Amino acid sequence: MSSIQWQFPRALEDEAIYILRETAAQFERPAILFSGGKDSITLVRLAQKAFYPGKIPFPLLHVDTGHNFPETIEFRDWLVESLGLELIVRNVQDSIDQGKVKEETGKYASRNALQTVTLLDAIEELKFDACIGGARRDEEKARAKERIFSVRDEFGQWNAKIQRPELFDMLNGKINIGENVRVFPISNWTELDVWNYIREEELKIPSIYFSHEREIIERDGMYWPYSPFLNTTEDEIPFRSKVRFRTVGDMTCTAAVQSDADKLEDIIREILAAKISERGARIDDKRSEAAMEKRKQAGYF
Amino acid sequence: MDVLRITTSGSVDDGKSTLIGRLLYDTKSITQDKMEALQAASKRKGLDFTDLSLLTDGLIAEREQGITIDVAHIYFSTPNRKYIIADTPGHFEYTRNMVTGASTAQVSLILIDARKGIVEQTYRHYFIACMLRIPHLVVCINKMDLVEYDEARFNQIVEDFQQLLKGSHYEDKVVKFIPISSLYGENVVTRTDKIGWYKGQPLLEYLEAIQFDQDDKQHPARFPVQYVIRPKTEQHHDFRGFAGKVASGSFHKGAEIVSLPNGQRSRIKTIEQFDRQLDAAHATESIVITLEDEIDISRGNLLVTPDAIPEGKKELTAQICWMDQQKLTSGKTCLLQHGANRIKAKVQQLHHVIEVTTGRVEEKTEMGLNDIGRITLRTAQPVFADSYQANPANGTFILVDEFSNATVAVGFVE
Repeated sequence: MSSIQWQFPRALEDEAIYILRETAAQFERPAILFSGGKDSITLVRLAQKAFYPGKIPFPLLHVDTGHNFPETIEFRDWLVESLGLELIVRNVQDSIDQGKVKEETGKYASRNALQTVTLLDAIEELKFDACIGGARRDEEKARAKERIFSVRDEFGQWNAKIQRPELFDMLNGKINIGENVRVFPISNWTELDVWNYIREEELKIPSIYFSHEREIIERDGMYWPYSPFLNTTEDEIPFRSKVRFRTVGDMTCTAAVQSDADKLEDIIREILAAKISERGARIDDKRSEAAMEKRKQAGYF
Repeated sequence: MDVLRITTSGSVDDGKSTLIGRLLYDTKSITQDKMEALQAASKRKGLDFTDLSLLTDGLIAEREQGITIDVAHIYFSTPNRKYIIADTPGHFEYTRNMVTGASTAQVSLILIDARKGIVEQTYRHYFIACMLRIPHLVVCINKMDLVEYDEARFNQIVEDFQQLLKGSHYEDKVVKFIPISSLYGENVVTRTDKIGWYKGQPLLEYLEAIQFDQDDKQHPARFPVQYVIRPKTEQHHDFRGFAGKVASGSFHKGAEIVSLPNGQRSRIKTIEQFDRQLDAAHATESIVITLEDEIDISRGNLLVTPDAIPEGKKELTAQICWMDQQKLTSGKTCLLQHGANRIKAKVQQLHHVIEVTTGRVEEKTEMGLNDIGRITLRTAQPVFADSYQANPANGTFILVDEFSNATVAVGFVE
């Protein structure tokens, strides 16, 4: 483990803490968008460090699609309890019941796109002026163009063509009424940086990141977790296998990888050797070449 | 593990995106699924080769037009260090994006098409590197395959470029020239026999060996207070900590500090980083400082050491890059953001605009989008900036429009 690829670059932590403090200082009502995934867990740790010995001065907002892995929800509740955080949950099911969005149909149905509406409603209802997210620029090519303070209009839309220039480390959080900002403190981190950070900081993460036995089906060359939320065809027979998840989204849009990795060291070793990118396991990105950019324009984070 | 930040600029056809794609490909930073997506996209465009530039042009509009519009950040690492490339467009109308991408860079990578030599955009990229005083300059002379790997052609371009360096701060620094072909991956990561006359390092090998400037640590100590931490809990009832990132220099436990603008003095009681106590903190570190005395300090104050107190000025002359559609004329008011401080400011005088491709100075009464010029500002309160040349980390500011709230300019204090 002497190799440099096992070391977390500490400059990235200094940068992220700086961004979180700017957010607390420049906005009236920020919130952390918390999904229970490793990136948002990292954000919580950074916020804890940024304001210590004070408390984290923002609540966590979780947009619950209802299709989460139960292990993620269990972890979320444990983390909130153990750190004494404030958690706000808004449900996609409510948006469906209110007729604001329509459930997708067919075997690829997912609530991933639906959650944007619930998120925008929550921002409006709770009057958040800054939402802190764990998105990273290395994840996806549209995200590579994203700012650290990303201004969204009244409809939550991202306009890539008129982004504010960000110079040196100066962040301009001044906005007009109706606008809000998405803040991305770990913009410059890579997947490997996040894992090395989790290892060095000895952070707890949901169990599904580690190898476990689970019912899966095979579709389009990927392993999908079998669940009541997944619409399957007759010839898709679930079977048990040892898998883990490299990225955690909904049960309907996150593919598993076959793996025996049950320790962080093994996970990092797997990533170093991986031939497939992290978001290669995100079925939601595969819809088209510009799937992410289009979702971001609509207000996705 | 250290992080090397690079900015690249290139014209539409310089092969800049191809070069970055090549760096990623040859360092095995592109995964199989991304490669497959790239091959499929190339095929759809009717190309008979894999277009590595599709990797960096992330927006629909960019792929449509085949150009880079906005800054893209690209990451790769070697067993030696982590790299962040800010890939910026080269065209005049995106000068502000170039300045943005260059602002955090330690290395400026300029690409020249071997067939064309130095063109208008080369001057622009070079001017920006000079204005930002980017520590390292690397000039890649690309498309050597299209000039039959001609050594004389390479030497001619090097000689032309060296003329530019005269009188700049690069004159006494190492400026590296490398002949490459990014399309064929020659001298990018690996050497090639075809350019056997070139005895120097390939690009990546050169980048791997770049030593970091420790300048920030030697500069005067500057600590802009970002946020005051007051937990008011039972356990930390009287705790009052000043959170921020050391901009330059070092701060030591027990040492005397001066708080600006009010000039009050105290001593550093503790320097903290989460639950750890430090003896000293240096440039770029995010820390919390507590003081021996209860003095009035809030966000926007600047802590310095008594041996190097910056002068507070209500009149600042600076070089700026104007970044807004609406033109700048003298008399305009805006907010000046310096560190964690925002102060009302008025443009008192617009001295001149610089034609960056020739260096010619022109007296003008207004500045348009992407113009670079020199202005004098008057501020409502004193600004404790250093000159950019003496201490870059405390020598820049941005201007924010009071009505649109947009970032309309970046400035470099004289």
